[in-house]
Amino acid sequence: MLALVLVLSLTLLAGCGSKDDAKQDAPAPAPTGEEPLKIGLVFDVGGRGDLSFNDMAYAGLERAKLEYGDKIEIEYLEPAGSGDNREELMRLLAQQGYDLIFGVGFMFTEHIDKLSKEFPDVKFGLIDGYIPDLTADSNVVSLLFTEHEGSFLVGAAAALKSENNSIGFIGGMQIPLIQKFEAGYMAGAYYVNPDIKIQSDYIGTTGDAFRDPVKGRELALSQYQRGADIIYHAAGASGTGLFEAAVQTGNLAIGVDADQSLTVSEAQRSHVLTSMMKRVDVAVYNTIVDLVEGNFEGGYHMFGLAEEGVGYAVNDFNREMMADIVDELEVIKGKIIDGEIVVPVDMEDLAEFKASLGN
Amino acid sequence: MLNELFSPDMMASAIRLTIPILLAALGAIYSERSGVVNIGLEGMMVVGAFWAAWGSFNYGPVVGILFGITAGMVLASIHALVTVTFKVNQIVSGVALNVLAAGISRFSSLSIFGMATTSPHVSGLPKMTIKPLAEISWLKPLVTEFSILIPISFILVGVTVWVLKYTTFGLRLRAAGENPEAADTLGINVFKMRYAGIIISGAFAGLAGAYLSIEHTGMYVEGMTQGKGYIALAAMIFGNWSAIGAMFAALLFGFAEAISLRRITTLVPYQFIKIIPYLLTIIVVSGFVKKSDPPAKVGTNYERGEG
Repeated sequence: MLALVLVLSLTLLAGCGSKDDAKQDAPAPAPTGEEPLKIGLVFDVGGRGDLSFNDMAYAGLERAKLEYGDKIEIEYLEPAGSGDNREELMRLLAQQGYDLIFGVGFMFTEHIDKLSKEFPDVKFGLIDGYIPDLTADSNVVSLLFTEHEGSFLVGAAAALKSENNSIGFIGGMQIPLIQKFEAGYMAGAYYVNPDIKIQSDYIGTTGDAFRDPVKGRELALSQYQRGADIIYHAAGASGTGLFEAAVQTGNLAIGVDADQSLTVSEAQRSHVLTSMMKRVDVAVYNTIVDLVEGNFEGGYHMFGLAEEGVGYAVNDFNREMMADIVDELEVIKGKIIDGEIVVPVDMEDLAEFKASLGN
Repeated sequence: MLNELFSPDMMASAIRLTIPILLAALGAIYSERSGVVNIGLEGMMVVGAFWAAWGSFNYGPVVGILFGITAGMVLASIHALVTVTFKVNQIVSGVALNVLAAGISRFSSLSIFGMATTSPHVSGLPKMTIKPLAEISWLKPLVTEFSILIPISFILVGVTVWVLKYTTFGLRLRAAGENPEAADTLGINVFKMRYAGIIISGAFAGLAGAYLSIEHTGMYVEGMTQGKGYIALAAMIFGNWSAIGAMFAALLFGFAEAISLRRITTLVPYQFIKIIPYLLTIIVVSGFVKKSDPPAKVGTNYERGEG
């Protein structure tokens, strides 16, 4: 108890301290040349080690550090379990004079919108979030991905590989962003096989849905038991439950964001068909490069199939499994890039898309 | 629809989801029967889950489970020290422990694994299959590839009944919760009994956490207990402080959770199914159980009268 009181009072003191600091050095002078650029990053729920979304962002940060060494200084923070202190952490970095701060995830949208106005000299990188009316002069760059296009390809892969003619999808939190994955995936599967059976479930409706592997595993088991033999997840750390279920039932899973074949355990590896790569690392890395080279521009950066911002993974572990379908996937990929296939982004579009396949 | 609701797959899923609630609820019985409310169960599950993952990562699943149990017991002994010896309000201490557990686990995870919220993948105990029964198709999901902790948990229900009802220790433990003054007069060390009750509850909660991290999912994820410690308390109250009652209550909660994970969309919207476990918890704790019969002195700290 005593220890607790001590900790509490220390936090309070620390809190006061940072406020004072803020007053003193509010507008950090833009560093020129010699001073290292300070780059901060705040993770989303699930945090580092989710083997997925957050780890990709971290990889981009690491790569920049490796390449630019002394020119940049990096710091990363993880929000508390509930994620309630996202804004505080961002503010902390902004007050400490960081030059560029990344918010990893759409949940940072409103915080960055607010902080970018309070700290006009700090630049912000917002991953997956959309703030309206940004221009090249804004201090915010919104880094967006065409997840639906990448998902379309793994959906096609799943449909081509499914032996039962039945596949599944597990989403984390039920939000438009994740529904983009779902719609794209289903569209891809229907494109290859209009009669395929697709089950789809979401883990929950709060941020917790991205860190509940218990439910992830139960949902996956239920889908496998009802006949699905390949399941794709867009559920962050909850997806680890899917891989467990795939091993247990001897079926296949499709990873998300990172090339998950590389990060799952040995036993799970042979059960990962492929992964929908969302190159958050590239987005983070490129933005840092732009800043270092003095080319930082606000606004919107879209990472699509053409830019290799999204795609499907082929690696040493799944090359054989994928060998017979890669050609077909490449053809579909070309069609999406050329605009011949317009991938739906939500359930309404999907219905239209499916109807158009009938003809 | 009904077929689906009571399919063996569904039952298997319900049982898997029951186990953590059941184990923690059994733990809660020991603590409450000795006269101490243990709101800290949730926190004890959290440390159990984390240290089990750590133990399993380094030394294999058996050691992992032992570590999980030990971690739960260590946190429980703080609860015992604070409430029994220092006589701090039991609820306050329990809530503080939950906060402490979340903090310790994050700190340890960051310093040991270098990641704040997740551990690397860890292996669980070998999964069991009862071959002859697996031949029967409607029984198959229930008897194949299940965690050995599942049968152990149900055995522990029996053990708990026996300990509380038929052993001297159980009688003394209950006396400490029902009438500590009388027990003290008869020479029973009330403090010792309460220490024992709380620490046993910590062991159970730690085991529940270990089940979650190494048996169910194969890794520790921050927040993976998802309030199961509180649901366990509700299950214990619903089960009227008896092990058998708590078992049925836990099964009910597990079943509700399993339903919420299956899409039975034909009749009711998906969202309604999702709220079943929570709805059930509210109904249970809001006094739906009429004949609630808690230990008489639960929640009050015992102080020896002078003279």
